[in-house]
Amino acid sequence: MLRYSLKRLLGAIPTLLILMTLAFFMMRAAPGGPFDTEKSLPPEIQANLDRKYHLDEPLIQQYGRYLWDLLHGDFGPSFQYKDYSVNELIATGFPVSLRLGLSAIAIALVIGVGLGTLAALRQNSATDYSVMTLAMTGISIPNFVLAPILILIFAVYLGWLPAGGWNDGAFRNTILPVIGLALPQIAYISRLMRGSMIEVLRSNPIRTARAKGLPERVVILRHALKPALLPVVSFLGPATAAVITGSVVIEQIFGIPGLGRYFVQGALNRDYTLVMGVVVFYGVLIILFNFLVDLVYAMLDPKVRYS
Amino acid sequence: MSRTEPVPEQAGRLQEIKGRSLWQDAWARLLRNRAALTAMVLLLLISMLVVAAPWLSPYEFDEIDWELISSPPSLENGHIFGTDSIGRDLFVRTLHGGRMSLMVGVIATLVSLVIGITWGATAGYLGGRVDGIMMRIVDILYAMPFMFFVILLMVFFGRNIYLIFIAIGAINWLDMARIVRGQTLSLKNREFVEAAMACGVSTPRIILRHIVPNLLGIVVVYVTLTIPQVILVESFLSFLGLGVQEPDTSWGALVNEGAQDMESAPWALLFPAGFLATTLFCFNFIGDGLRDALDPKDR
Amino acid sequence: MPLLEVDNLHTLFHTNDGEVHAVNGLSFHLEKGETLGIVGESGSGKSQLVLSIIGLLASNGRIQGSIRFQGQELVGMKPKEINRIRGDRIGMIFQDPMTCLNPYLTIERQMTEVLMLHQGMDRRSARRRSLEMLDAVHIPDAANRLMRYPHEFSGGMRQRVMIAMALLCQPDLLIADEPTTALDVTVQAQIVRLMNELQQEFGMSIIMITHDLGVIAGISDKVMVMYGGRVCEYAPVFELFRQPRHPYTRGLLQSVPRLDLAGSMQLHSIPGNPPNLLHLPAGCAFADRCEERLDRCDREQPSLKEISPGHLNACHLETGS
Repeated sequence: MLRYSLKRLLGAIPTLLILMTLAFFMMRAAPGGPFDTEKSLPPEIQANLDRKYHLDEPLIQQYGRYLWDLLHGDFGPSFQYKDYSVNELIATGFPVSLRLGLSAIAIALVIGVGLGTLAALRQNSATDYSVMTLAMTGISIPNFVLAPILILIFAVYLGWLPAGGWNDGAFRNTILPVIGLALPQIAYISRLMRGSMIEVLRSNPIRTARAKGLPERVVILRHALKPALLPVVSFLGPATAAVITGSVVIEQIFGIPGLGRYFVQGALNRDYTLVMGVVVFYGVLIILFNFLVDLVYAMLDPKVRYS
Repeated sequence: MSRTEPVPEQAGRLQEIKGRSLWQDAWARLLRNRAALTAMVLLLLISMLVVAAPWLSPYEFDEIDWELISSPPSLENGHIFGTDSIGRDLFVRTLHGGRMSLMVGVIATLVSLVIGITWGATAGYLGGRVDGIMMRIVDILYAMPFMFFVILLMVFFGRNIYLIFIAIGAINWLDMARIVRGQTLSLKNREFVEAAMACGVSTPRIILRHIVPNLLGIVVVYVTLTIPQVILVESFLSFLGLGVQEPDTSWGALVNEGAQDMESAPWALLFPAGFLATTLFCFNFIGDGLRDALDPKDR
Repeated sequence: MPLLEVDNLHTLFHTNDGEVHAVNGLSFHLEKGETLGIVGESGSGKSQLVLSIIGLLASNGRIQGSIRFQGQELVGMKPKEINRIRGDRIGMIFQDPMTCLNPYLTIERQMTEVLMLHQGMDRRSARRRSLEMLDAVHIPDAANRLMRYPHEFSGGMRQRVMIAMALLCQPDLLIADEPTTALDVTVQAQIVRLMNELQQEFGMSIIMITHDLGVIAGISDKVMVMYGGRVCEYAPVFELFRQPRHPYTRGLLQSVPRLDLAGSMQLHSIPGNPPNLLHLPAGCAFADRCEERLDRCDREQPSLKEISPGHLNACHLETGS
């Protein structure tokens, strides 16, 4: 198990390095970006950049500095806001996004696994078809279409929930955004769970369990659930990436001051350092998270855990 | 050594009759799938509408009707879907947006198809360490948050329409590569390929009659499932204001505009949103149906 | 009263292409302590027969007819009731031991749950009994092995574990569906020997399904030859090998390669292919592959007749043309 973890960790490192190197060179290449010598910037920003990047040094040395800074969590100064560093912007926005994202994934897991299992147990019945059609809808309708419709229904016509705003994290303000984030993942997870559960229920170990006279409830909970959950665990990696991506839109629509919103504003304002910083930050987060998911998966599989 | 007794003639002939209808079998199965059938018809309808856009409405897509700003759908004044907050006819704009969305869908999918098939087939065919390295790269790229990279490209290099095609396509090829590589690997080692080689069938014939038809099936399925993903990415970008530039429009951009006037003119949101969702729905259903038809696992 | 009585059993599967007739009017009975060997090729219906008995058919399967176990009618029994019989009065082992155990649970868990369910034992007693069974099937170092996972056992050992698990509650009937097919020849012999030994010890009846005539010879008291979902021939084991009556049985026996008759002898094979279970012929299912076919065979299905005490055959050749 230890060897496995170390191997996965070592595998993650080149990915991180590639990500950071790509980021470095893209920044340098961007026309109109911080390193475009033809563009004239407001003097304070230029001074910040010069101080930060030591632009007179050879490229290799700049690269080395860049990596060193990154490894210490320093993303450099903002390109647009002369008083703020990218770090500060990330530190303000991330906790908000984190709260929404974690809630969304938790809800998606619980509901998705439940619905998927239900559909699998009642395969080819009306329940199955309705759950799967609902799931198909969730996958096909983009969240930036769904969210405004949700606002239209629950905030404008029914008036039950606020149409937007963060309100310092009040619970009522989080309901619609979290639903908007969770719905596509609920759809994917329930489809995945259904397929996985159906296959597991058809497998030989389940046939053996039934031949032993175990009641169906025990067969499902003790014998089928764990193997059926494995693909869902694997899916958590891409699911997180999807939630992060989705947060960009959801925060925009609901006016929530999260990292996704800063990112979009940065993109529209051409704040190169901010945009780059967020990409690297999220990239690192996802790589680490995938590593964790790999570990959890390995722990669930006795073949890996006890070898 | 001993010889086996010859098998009677008619026994072999019976087998042959069953074997020929693999594709017909799949097609029959697909047609039996009512959801997929409905989806295909709908998609055809939408495509025809979108292509015929300029001839279906008296209005231009950027023409402003000053007197009828934000007016609801009505048949009398010719604005079948109503107008948006600037007074442009929504019907024409929706169809025009459809052109852009579908075009991006097809072209970007083609880009990802070419990259994916080349990468996957090479890796699968060469096998060994080359395969290992190529697929490791795919694994690494799979973990990245792609949307962010696309946005990054948009920010850094401008909102060129061709850049959008390439960026989106260059990002979606991973699944295709994986599938093609897996299929190539398994096909390479299948007994019927060995048997064909043992019978002296020439290599090009092997590729044409044995490998390509088997690859075709799975590629078709994934193309059908990639198109909606690509349309979604483009819509996402346009929604954020990073996609196609004015005066061009796409369904994503229309949804963005519509969402802003949601309270006063909900039709501006609902019509493009409806078209977008329905198109995605149809592609997904067809893709699912194709996948089941070609490899039925008794859903 | 016989332990198991099957009467005119039909098992059908409803598919998109039509109805698949897996078992067609099968009847036989099994006495206490008796071992019945069922032999036939793939598609003969032997697996579907035993799955019908234990009630584990696929969801598109239907049973008609009667299956009486210890006087109780199994066809149409409610799941809760049949669960009481499975694992407790009837034990079953399957063909591929590598995939039949749950890889995510320990052997201990998979064994103790049977005892805790059917015999109300607590965990500790169940564990003790499981260890006894593992010893009975000759698993070395059973005490340590018990807490391990299936992937730490070899194929042969896993099959022994399956046998131990099936016999935990000392059932009256053990059904073995091709238990040796997926194993090495030497391991096969060990398993057959083990089953004989256990039968001596526990006295259960055995239904052994296999396509291997050697295994049939090694364990059976009576043999039933199946083809196209029907019984061709039924006889005590020695009688079947010495005096096979049905052309299919004779074909099977002749197809076994023999080292002592080597040289320039041709390998015998039965020509043709197994019947299409979607469209069974009106007459004898074996007719189009039979070298001794009569006109009558294509039109009329032969019925099972006793030709000598305990020896039944379903063939028109018995009565002439």
